Amino acid sequence: MLRATLKSLLARKLRLVLSGLAVVLGVMFVAGAFVTTDTLGRTFDNLFAEGYATTDVAVKAKPKIAVAEMDGEQVDTPLPASVVATVGQVPGVREAIGVVATDGARVIGSDGKVVTSFGPPRIGMNWVGTDDIMEMRQGRGPGQDTEIAVNEAVAKAAGLKVGDRVGVLTQLPKETFTLVGVWGYTDGRDSIGGVQEVAFTEPVAQRSMLGRTGVFNQVTVRVDDGAEPADVRDRIAAQVGAGYDVKTGEQLAAESSAQFKEALGFFNNILLGFAGVALFVGTFLILNTFSIIVAQRTRELALMRALGAGRRQVINSVLVEALVIGLIAAVLGLGAGVGVGALLVTLFGSMSGGLDPAPVGVPLAAILSSLIVGVVVTVVAAVLPALRAARIAPIAAMQEVSTPDRPLTRVTVTGAVIGAAGATMLGVGLYGTSSLWLILGGVLVTFIGVALLTPLISKPVVSGLGRLFSWSVPGRLGRLNSGRNPRRTAITAAALMVGIALVTGVTVVMDSAKSSLAAQAESTVKAEIVIGGEQNGPRPPTFDPAVLAETAAVPGVRAAAGVWNDQALIDGERTYVNATDNLARLAEAYGSTPLPALRPDQMAVSTQEAAGHGWTVGSVLTVQLARGAEHRYTIAATYDEDAMPGSYLLPPAATREFGLTQPILGFVRLADGATVAQVLPQIKALVADSPEVNATDRSSYINQQAGDFDTVITMVQVLLGLAILIAVLGVVNTLALSVLERTRELGLLRAVGLGRAQTMRMVTVEAVVISVFGALLGVVVGAGLGAAVVRALESDGITDLVLPWAQMGLYLGLAAVVGVLAAVLPSIKAARLNVLAAIAHD
Amino acid sequence: MNGTQAARADDVWKVYGKGEARVVALRGVSANFERGKFTAIMGPSGSGKSTLMHCLAGLDTVTRGTVHIGGTEVTGLGDKALTRLRRDRVGFIFQQFNLLPTLTAAENIRLPLDIAGKKPDPQWWDTVIGTVGLGDRLGHRPSQLSGGQQQRVACARALMSRPDVIFADEPTGNLDSKAGAEILSFLRSSVMEHGQTIVMVTHDPVAAGYTDRVVFLADGEIVAELDNPTPESVLEQMKAGEVLV
Repeated sequence: MLRATLKSLLARKLRLVLSGLAVVLGVMFVAGAFVTTDTLGRTFDNLFAEGYATTDVAVKAKPKIAVAEMDGEQVDTPLPASVVATVGQVPGVREAIGVVATDGARVIGSDGKVVTSFGPPRIGMNWVGTDDIMEMRQGRGPGQDTEIAVNEAVAKAAGLKVGDRVGVLTQLPKETFTLVGVWGYTDGRDSIGGVQEVAFTEPVAQRSMLGRTGVFNQVTVRVDDGAEPADVRDRIAAQVGAGYDVKTGEQLAAESSAQFKEALGFFNNILLGFAGVALFVGTFLILNTFSIIVAQRTRELALMRALGAGRRQVINSVLVEALVIGLIAAVLGLGAGVGVGALLVTLFGSMSGGLDPAPVGVPLAAILSSLIVGVVVTVVAAVLPALRAARIAPIAAMQEVSTPDRPLTRVTVTGAVIGAAGATMLGVGLYGTSSLWLILGGVLVTFIGVALLTPLISKPVVSGLGRLFSWSVPGRLGRLNSGRNPRRTAITAAALMVGIALVTGVTVVMDSAKSSLAAQAESTVKAEIVIGGEQNGPRPPTFDPAVLAETAAVPGVRAAAGVWNDQALIDGERTYVNATDNLARLAEAYGSTPLPALRPDQMAVSTQEAAGHGWTVGSVLTVQLARGAEHRYTIAATYDEDAMPGSYLLPPAATREFGLTQPILGFVRLADGATVAQVLPQIKALVADSPEVNATDRSSYINQQAGDFDTVITMVQVLLGLAILIAVLGVVNTLALSVLERTRELGLLRAVGLGRAQTMRMVTVEAVVISVFGALLGVVVGAGLGAAVVRALESDGITDLVLPWAQMGLYLGLAAVVGVLAAVLPSIKAARLNVLAAIAHD
Repeated sequence: MNGTQAARADDVWKVYGKGEARVVALRGVSANFERGKFTAIMGPSGSGKSTLMHCLAGLDTVTRGTVHIGGTEVTGLGDKALTRLRRDRVGFIFQQFNLLPTLTAAENIRLPLDIAGKKPDPQWWDTVIGTVGLGDRLGHRPSQLSGGQQQRVACARALMSRPDVIFADEPTGNLDSKAGAEILSFLRSSVMEHGQTIVMVTHDPVAAGYTDRVVFLADGEIVAELDNPTPESVLEQMKAGEVLV
């Protein structure tokens, strides 16, 4: 008897650990998010403080178009050399240096490929000698226009050594230089934060990075000893006038850091979102665990009531237990979260190539939110079971309690009402106000509604699913067992449903978007060959515009045209614009209805965009590009937005004032009778000097466009895998419990001749039925949610509804596997049961 | 072992625990249970009567000695063989919780055969069902049956596979006297009419009165045997036993 009691207590502990684990995982995400954000934030603080360490004051021309860090690349307006002299005259200025330093110097490595960057810029600069934190590792700085020096990060990534001939892509097509020097930074660092740097002589830097000689993009000022940078800044500002931004190094460091932190906030929200899902699923698990514990403790609680304990005391006894579990789980989760944070920071550091992470810190927000979230979620989930415990009558202590099957009417009606409310919120959110919060809330409420309806659904569905296994006695017994406690089965399955529904929903939306996009590209892009590359960082790959003319000359090519891309202000509004070397040829190559070639003061606009602004052919628009003065363009033609790339198309001259002065895409249409197999190799040869891009046939181009969606799907699958893992814990929990509750029954079965293997099969079938039921719910609910979102996005061009049958089948299959795995421990436990002890079990 | 013995214990010892906590439940018990006989094992609480039955049925291992069922030595069998033995050659009737709540009465009766993957012999099925008198309740689940009816289902299940021996552990312990009498008459008739062997543990002299022979246990040893008992003779023997102790 004592052994049985101890065993039951131990089993309960295991159960508490399992349900606590759900909270641990959820809290881990919360804490991990805060720790990561905090540590990376301080990393960026340090990074920019270091980056601006040798800058007391910096002077820049006001940008033509202000672009925030994550909205694209800010293009600096060049400032004339005369400004450097002017600044140098200001009292307190010890030294004013004209600096060229902009992103976009791409070094071609010894393997012929462009050295990539997943974030840090690739700076092309003028060589102004080493400063306090730089140190020459090999050779010297460039002295002639054919020479360059690079920092150690570039030299290592590209596999270069002094004396090598090195190809570099800049605003100009590939040019080849001799590497004469490699520098590094103090403390043995190869770069500051993974930034790649290439130093040219001043005229080469100006020509290749800024487009013309005699200009800089910044004046870097060192002040006299004892002078306050802020004072000097104000004096310089007064001197150079309103066209310039004058800031101290500290100011710049703080601004840059703040921009990065804003981007981190987004990352933080994603992590918190997944924490939310994990905790939501965890709530089901805790609710189930406590319900079961209360049911098992019925006699004990009734005895307490009989001995005079009040309802409130019973409620409290359950809630205190929840509080303790929540607290322990939160503390463990916090610890795990710090570990995850440290891991993410390290990962981030190594991925960005050389970012030096700040020491991991645990902000107060992480501690507070972990504790609050852990405790609140656990206690809230325990409220219902606690209330149920309070309703136990004292007489139950004296009776042989068999929990009667309470009717499901109330829970079903509630579920229907909540489900309808969720669907309504979702509907309004999707079709009416387009509020993200309303949509998310709708999804959440819908889940709760469906979860409440699940007990009702579970009866026929579980019984139906179970029939698949009914060919054997253990299978039939397992099937009957899974239908025994519809509420418990339902909650367990509902927890699994949430994760799978979300994955399925995202897959439906992404696949639909992918298919719509591909179909659209299929129907609009007639070009048989496309020149372009895969974008890894903020800067899209570009190629030498000369390739376009050379391509046009290849026999068998009917038309070839390029597309340039940048942001511009049109009538004061910031938007993305394209330019082309020849609109008529682009229309021909892309396959749209014929359009005229643009004169230098003309542009073309999509019909839809024009209609939205009330423009017609002949309207004159004011356009500010990244460089140069404002232009006025007359709309010469309009076109359907699906028929051409982009909503605005500018004439070729405009490309000189684009941030990227080289094309990002080229479209090639073949003459009748020419084949891709003939022409493609010749075009591939032509783009050999622009290693960032490649020439591909049309279908690879379309597939490449759709590739991004697959990345998103994979990421979501990985992250929601956590929610599914928690749900699996729930299945293990429920089974362990069922085995415990049915000890006597198992004993009887074993006594009348059920073998060990058969016993294990019986438990496994129960697990598989529950898991597949949950997955089935998830797939159906997810497909429904996905379909609703796709329908709502119809006007945004997602016209195809694609149900990923293969994926959905895979999820069901995986659920079956999950069921088998979840059953491993409980079924072993069931099979190992001592028959005699089980029969005598009270 | 000759053909007239359904179950046999030879010098069976059962010791629980070690050292201070050592409890000897059976001390060299030897007993034969003849085929086609209804035997009762009696004795006060702690006498070892349930332990003896568990050891005979292969539910518990013996510390020393051997147990046979039919021609098979039970001692030393592995779990697989024991399971088969229980399934094919032994029937059980427990005091309570005899039935799986998820299965109907008929399914419960068929369960051991189903587990073995066998079909019931239709004639024998009709005979058993007819004798137990459950005709119209076969489709009901245990929760819809009275205690007496549940025990009758358990008896039918034990009989269905025509086991070498049925072990019944206080089968009437939870029933009122009328329902108990029905069960006992039923067990009695299955011995008389179908030659079934039954070994029953009981503490009730009235129940023992239905049997062919009573084995009395005290302190883990057989202290007396009584053939063709009546409730009165059993009671007398019990009283004599108390005097002896």
